[in-house]
Amino acid sequence: MPEHSFTVNGRQVTVDIEDDVRMLWVLRDVLGVTGPKYGCGINVCKACTSHYNGRAFNPCSVPVSKIGPDDEITTIEGLPDTVGSDLHPMQEAWLEHDVAQCGYCQPGQIMAAVDLVKKLHAEGRDVTDADIDTNMRNVCRCGTYYRIRQAIKDGAERMKGTKKGG
Amino acid sequence: MAKHTAHARHARDGNRPSKPGAGDTDSTSAGSEGFAGGLVASVGEHLTGRRRFLGYLLAAPTVVAAAQLGESLLGSQTAGAAQPVPSNPQVADNYDLSDAIYDAAKPTSDLITVQVHSDGTVSHEMVRTEVGQGVQTAIAMLIAEEMDIPIEKVNVTHAPARPELVWNQLTGGSTAIGSQFTPVRVAAAIAKGRLLDAAAAKWDLAKSELTAHAGRILRPSGQALSFGELAEAAAVTENEKVSAELKPESDFKVIGKPQRRVDAMDIVTGQKEFATDMDMPDALPTMVCRPPTINGTVKSVNNADEVQNMPGVTDVATITTGVAVRARTFGQCVDAIHALDVSWNGGPVEGTSDTSIEKELKDAHPPWVIPGTPGTKAFEREYTFAFTNNAPLEPATAIADVKEGSAEIWAAAKLPITAQGEIASLLGLPVTAVTFNVIGSGGSFGRRLFNDGPLDAAEASQKMGKPVRLMWHRADEYRQGRGRPMQVSKIRAFHDGEVVHSLENRYTSVFTDFGHGFGDLMAQYYTSVNPDTPLATNPGSGLAVSQAIFELTAVWPYSMGPTKQLLMEVRQPTESPGTEHNLTTFNTTAMRQVYNPNVVAAQELFVDELANEMGRDRYEFRREFAKDDKFREVIEKVAEAGNWGRSLPDGVAQGIGVHEEYKQHAACLVEVDCRPETVNRKIPGGTTGPRVLRVVFVSTVARHLVNPLGAEAQLQGGIMDGISLAQTNSLHLKDGAFLEGSYDDFRYTRQWNVPTDVKVILLPEDSEAEVGGFGEVGVAPTCAAVACAIGAARGSYPHYLPISHNAGIPFEVKPHDPPIPQSPTNGLEHYPAPAKASEETSLNP
Ligand code: FES
Ligand code: FES
Repeated sequence: MPEHSFTVNGRQVTVDIEDDVRMLWVLRDVLGVTGPKYGCGINVCKACTSHYNGRAFNPCSVPVSKIGPDDEITTIEGLPDTVGSDLHPMQEAWLEHDVAQCGYCQPGQIMAAVDLVKKLHAEGRDVTDADIDTNMRNVCRCGTYYRIRQAIKDGAERMKGTKKGG
Repeated sequence: MAKHTAHARHARDGNRPSKPGAGDTDSTSAGSEGFAGGLVASVGEHLTGRRRFLGYLLAAPTVVAAAQLGESLLGSQTAGAAQPVPSNPQVADNYDLSDAIYDAAKPTSDLITVQVHSDGTVSHEMVRTEVGQGVQTAIAMLIAEEMDIPIEKVNVTHAPARPELVWNQLTGGSTAIGSQFTPVRVAAAIAKGRLLDAAAAKWDLAKSELTAHAGRILRPSGQALSFGELAEAAAVTENEKVSAELKPESDFKVIGKPQRRVDAMDIVTGQKEFATDMDMPDALPTMVCRPPTINGTVKSVNNADEVQNMPGVTDVATITTGVAVRARTFGQCVDAIHALDVSWNGGPVEGTSDTSIEKELKDAHPPWVIPGTPGTKAFEREYTFAFTNNAPLEPATAIADVKEGSAEIWAAAKLPITAQGEIASLLGLPVTAVTFNVIGSGGSFGRRLFNDGPLDAAEASQKMGKPVRLMWHRADEYRQGRGRPMQVSKIRAFHDGEVVHSLENRYTSVFTDFGHGFGDLMAQYYTSVNPDTPLATNPGSGLAVSQAIFELTAVWPYSMGPTKQLLMEVRQPTESPGTEHNLTTFNTTAMRQVYNPNVVAAQELFVDELANEMGRDRYEFRREFAKDDKFREVIEKVAEAGNWGRSLPDGVAQGIGVHEEYKQHAACLVEVDCRPETVNRKIPGGTTGPRVLRVVFVSTVARHLVNPLGAEAQLQGGIMDGISLAQTNSLHLKDGAFLEGSYDDFRYTRQWNVPTDVKVILLPEDSEAEVGGFGEVGVAPTCAAVACAIGAARGSYPHYLPISHNAGIPFEVKPHDPPIPQSPTNGLEHYPAPAKASEETSLNP
């Protein structure tokens, strides 16, 4: 069985697994990293959203063979470490607005929100409702969308105060 | 079909007609009785007035206090002992009347408990299921309130299935918090009382000199002992019957105040565990290759050996619902399903389509019975509602470990006792050999009233002889899962231009499966309060059960003379239990708010059209005809808060929806933008269409609202459901199969259709309304208001919802054989929109 090495949440790992197994299953079924959730397996629902070298991606739609030894995967579990803190400012905003209902979509929502805000801040922009309309494709079947909008805007402000978060 | 399979299928189906259920989802206010009739009844006996109750101290190393959850199983009550034969005849094979009587003889067997631990925490195993509605938080609040302990020190977990509770372990009908309001507080009050006793003994002081505060017992000198320090001293060695007085409402500091969810930190850090997240390395991923048509069956598996030898695959086994494959990863299960060569038998609804079912429904409308009176004119409309799907984001899942002679299951279930019984029956085990551990779920909306995932898992584990971690694919959920079926509402009024003289509503649905678990409860309680219900004369009829549920939930909110609403259902299961081919219809369930999203949408569309016909303002018309002051109050409030009649551009309009459920009156006002530039805005792969700009939702509140922040969340979620049901969210039926395979196809509300202005207004508590619950009531008024606003904006009212349903199929239909799509490989190049969606143009209704 081929070996694949990469970094997950700051930890270098090596897994023995067939090349075409998608990263979501490598994370969940092989490595036991269960923060990223399954909701569709086809890059639609976004419940699995995580970061690949600091940018959002959907591990359900990426074979492990496309991930190299220098690549860093960050899941919700590793998000606070990216800002050297117990909680990422976006997670704090999520708590503040009591966004979650069942919670199943929320790791993916937070990972997508962080990516969106980072991208906009790099462009020198603040997040708008229109940005959320087009970029936050994550399904929330509990319908927490309204609080998600509030939390993203709040989290974006909080991220301005952190070094790496902005 | 082989005899063997038929029996297995029968054991697994939820279609036995005499077992009804109730609604779904639950919320954050409380009362003394549940929707389905006396779930709480009383806790022990009331001694003096409303606040003193009896309970127990149980023998244990630290103090454990208990309250009786309901009165049905108290040992001395012979009627109670005779009634609770578990609802499923397959269950009775193993857990029969004698078991029930035996259980009933244990006077404390149906108690719920609160335990104080030496570390100062308090724990409680709740007998309701957290599905996102916030019941875990609300129950923790009740305990924190009654015991004077910080909520962070209260641990609320799920009790496993407890058959001795019979009807008292079910989650549905927005009753979860209402039903627990008193018993949980009684147990907490007894525990606190005992801690006070222990401290008084230690200090040799009178109990009355002591107070409890923030998890400690204080004496007048200021000295304190923590609950943890007292936990062992407070323990008893023999069960003791004791009484306790509940805190007066005027002292409430926690109940009624906004409280953030107790599981929020676990959720935002990815630590919250759902069934498939559990750390059980031997329970390998397992999926089922399902038939291409609804409820089809396996004829033969033509290459099982070959698939068995694929990388990662450990087992292939035919089960009732298809061919189960177990592998090292779910990805390899998907590969195996793609490689499987299975010959299928067609399903029982083969050949049906949206049009054929709509015709069946329209043909089944019974004739009108209320005649017109002289000088009146008939006004008639007919509205069709497409099939939809529960689609919780977490699909059906379960871990099962079936061994020789025993089984253990971990899964979400709203009726764990039913789940345990069905699994026992399927596996041929006694109920007592099956442990069913309840896990919180990633949503329900009616899905977890049925145990399709746990049953698949149990059967696969038994056939493979190994533990399994079973999951449905998303496409399986749409194509073989459950939801609210197609319905047609036909309404006729006679009016004289000034006044409406009569109103009749013929409501026809495809069979709605209320499953096991609620049947006996309905038969007992509802027929006793309403001896005229068809259920009283025909207790074995699924239709009668549905009609009873309909009667219990349909409320025409306007005074329009003699008013009659009647439900008919087609496609009932055609054969009785125990015979072959019992699964003869669609897979349905009591989806969030059961019939009412559609009943109320039709009602309000009709009222709008009638008001227009009579030349009246749509708001004034509603206000004037409101059936009572509470309806009038919410209609007036919503119009005021929503600024009814304000000037809006052409193509933007307001709509109002009105409804009452669980003693709470609600009204919703929305503004919807139907201008072409909005309707035609493009989101890759997304259905856009009209945009709801603004929502104002007003509701009366029953007594004892536990968590206003949770109630608001439930209403906000219900509002999103309402928007999607009016606009985008449906299944298309063609050749006996549903076409949808992903969320981009199914089109539940996404951010691009979310209003940026949502206001929820909860009125002061209504002292007359004992029962409440906000899990469902947000849906129907919003769905209705959105449909009405679209009608008004366009100048022509929709008669088919969602409005997008007949605007074509804006997606490429994924193959039905193999039944699930393979995962893409280009995820690094396509974010956030999937590759396919980036190429597609969206199609707008
Ligand atoms: S599971 Fe990855 S996008 Fe849905
Ligand atoms: S919180 Fe349940 S799916 Fe989003």
